[in-house]
Amino acid sequence: MVLKPNLEDLRAIGYYLGKIIIGLGMTMLIPFVSAFIFREFNPLYDFLISFLICLISGNALILLCKTDKDLNWVGGMVVVALAWLAAAVLGAVPFYLSGHWVSFLDCVFDSMSGFATTGLVLVQDLDHIARSVNLWRHLIMFIGGQGVVVVALSFLVRGSAGAFRMYVGEARDEKVLPNVVETARFIWLVSIVYLILGTVVLAIVGRCEGMSWVNSFFHGACVFMAAFDTGGFAPQSQNILYYHSLAYEITTIVIMILGSLNFKLHYTVWMRRKKEIVTNIETRTFFMTIMLTFFLTAVGLAKLGVYPDALGLFRKGFYQLISGHTGTGYQTIYARQFIHEWGALALFSLTIAMALGGCVCSTTGGIKMLRIGVVFKALYNDIKRVMLPEAGVFVEKYHHIKDVVMEEHQVRSAVLIFLCYLGLYALGGVIGMFFGYPALDSLFESTSAAANVGLSCGITQASMPALLKVVYILQMWIGRLEFMSVFVLIGFFAAFVRGK
Amino acid sequence: MRKIVYSLWFIVYGIFLLSTINYTLSTICYAQTVVSSTELIERAKELNGREVVYEGELIGEVMNRGDYSWLNLNDGQNAIGIWTGNNFLNLVSFAGDYTHKGDWLQVRGVFSRACPVHGSDLDIHAQSISLIRRGRVVRHQLVPFKPRQAIILSGVFLCLLIGRLLSRKLKKK
Repeated sequence: MVLKPNLEDLRAIGYYLGKIIIGLGMTMLIPFVSAFIFREFNPLYDFLISFLICLISGNALILLCKTDKDLNWVGGMVVVALAWLAAAVLGAVPFYLSGHWVSFLDCVFDSMSGFATTGLVLVQDLDHIARSVNLWRHLIMFIGGQGVVVVALSFLVRGSAGAFRMYVGEARDEKVLPNVVETARFIWLVSIVYLILGTVVLAIVGRCEGMSWVNSFFHGACVFMAAFDTGGFAPQSQNILYYHSLAYEITTIVIMILGSLNFKLHYTVWMRRKKEIVTNIETRTFFMTIMLTFFLTAVGLAKLGVYPDALGLFRKGFYQLISGHTGTGYQTIYARQFIHEWGALALFSLTIAMALGGCVCSTTGGIKMLRIGVVFKALYNDIKRVMLPEAGVFVEKYHHIKDVVMEEHQVRSAVLIFLCYLGLYALGGVIGMFFGYPALDSLFESTSAAANVGLSCGITQASMPALLKVVYILQMWIGRLEFMSVFVLIGFFAAFVRGK
Repeated sequence: MRKIVYSLWFIVYGIFLLSTINYTLSTICYAQTVVSSTELIERAKELNGREVVYEGELIGEVMNRGDYSWLNLNDGQNAIGIWTGNNFLNLVSFAGDYTHKGDWLQVRGVFSRACPVHGSDLDIHAQSISLIRRGRVVRHQLVPFKPRQAIILSGVFLCLLIGRLLSRKLKKK
């Protein structure tokens, strides 16, 4: 029998949702200050209006749903799923008011793309956008990368059991520190330290490549936020191609890789256990999949003679591959060049890299390395077990921060998420084909959306069908939350309608 | 007989002359036709290594690299990188951003699908640049409904805040 959620359950959900919305509103003060500094008065009011809308809706929810009840598991998951939808809608308000998007749906698309750290864009005339709006585009990637709930946990929610349930619901099943609020604050600490370092490095590179100091710092901060959070937005319409710089490309490659590593691994390395980098199952799997997919990409490109020399092949092939594999979506080629020049093999291996993603408890999307590693390790062990004598006792282990005994439920969970992702990629691909796009193009764009990558082969445009935009929005949302919260939300609604 | 031979010679010569003129004119006309960024991307293989004329608005900023500089010109569809000598930079006054409409420049140069000099970037190496339209400063007028909306929303927010305070007091009692 399915139990119908009672009023107190709904109140707890509304109460926490209200807090998260207020937290989101507070972050709008950053571009508000930026608009004031750069004397951009229309955007200044846009952010003030959006900030007030967030405060009103958040406070209204808190007022209506005031409760002392803590969240249960279902409630925590439902709050997370709804919070991400609310963030996408409310985060789209400054976009809509700026007038750079064709419709509110396009604004929500870009907002979800930002929060989910995807990087697909529908913005119009990006080269003339206000700095503060541009900053907001990148800031939502920074917020989304750490997690909308992590923001609220860090500043607004006390470290209750409900807080931990929300934290898990946001596709972060690993705590770095024993307390979930401390973990959230550690994630912010890591990100802000890297933000300062990364911005300075990118600013120096930008300055050396001929940019003014103001622009090099502004671009440095924006590009860092989008690269470290494996987002993929850039301040100019040409993306990273705008800079025409090898140094900029190498710097962003390093930042993208740092962003795609597990926060727990960052913590371990910070604690001077550097050996973990080479012994961890995730980093090993990551290294192997990068090598394998790059080999296939390079063969595909070399066979067609797409680039004249090895440096060209590295700068274009390796860059797009790392960008895809880490789930960033930075491009140094035009979207249509994938289709016209890259050929099927290179495009296919790039799609595989995008589908795999980075490490768990990082800012990337996709299936993720721990799951890939566990699935392959389980397969390897099964083969090994067949070869060994039947009476032999066999303990399966892998190293992830510490030695972990592999249990059946871990393998089952990894395989289930693996299959769910494959299904999500395929579903978007089929819907793309339904709208008349070629199979490989549709699969590429669908994988890019669902794995929160952001590389585009040209399908994502303001003129694409509205239904396909909605499909991609849902894919980005589901992909970022790794299914569970969304499934629980659906189950919650079903229980509400049919439960007793 | 001689008349016929002369006539035939005249016809052949005429055809040859016309073909030569036609070819020369078509080559000149082709070079003078402005190509769009979409054409450059879509027909990159075909246009690779050829001289093209491209025009667009200068966006971002001029990035100086020694004796040469990078310009990015946006024709409304995409922006294309232009590698140019610094001698053309005296033409440039405005680069497009939020507060500026950039100069509209026309570039004649050699197009590369994957430039061997610049890490396989799709770019144009400029041979000449001319200014088509000077850019300008853009002054954004404040949209009147925005301050009004902000005041109304502030009022609503204050009411809610008072409501929250009252409910807290009532609960304490």
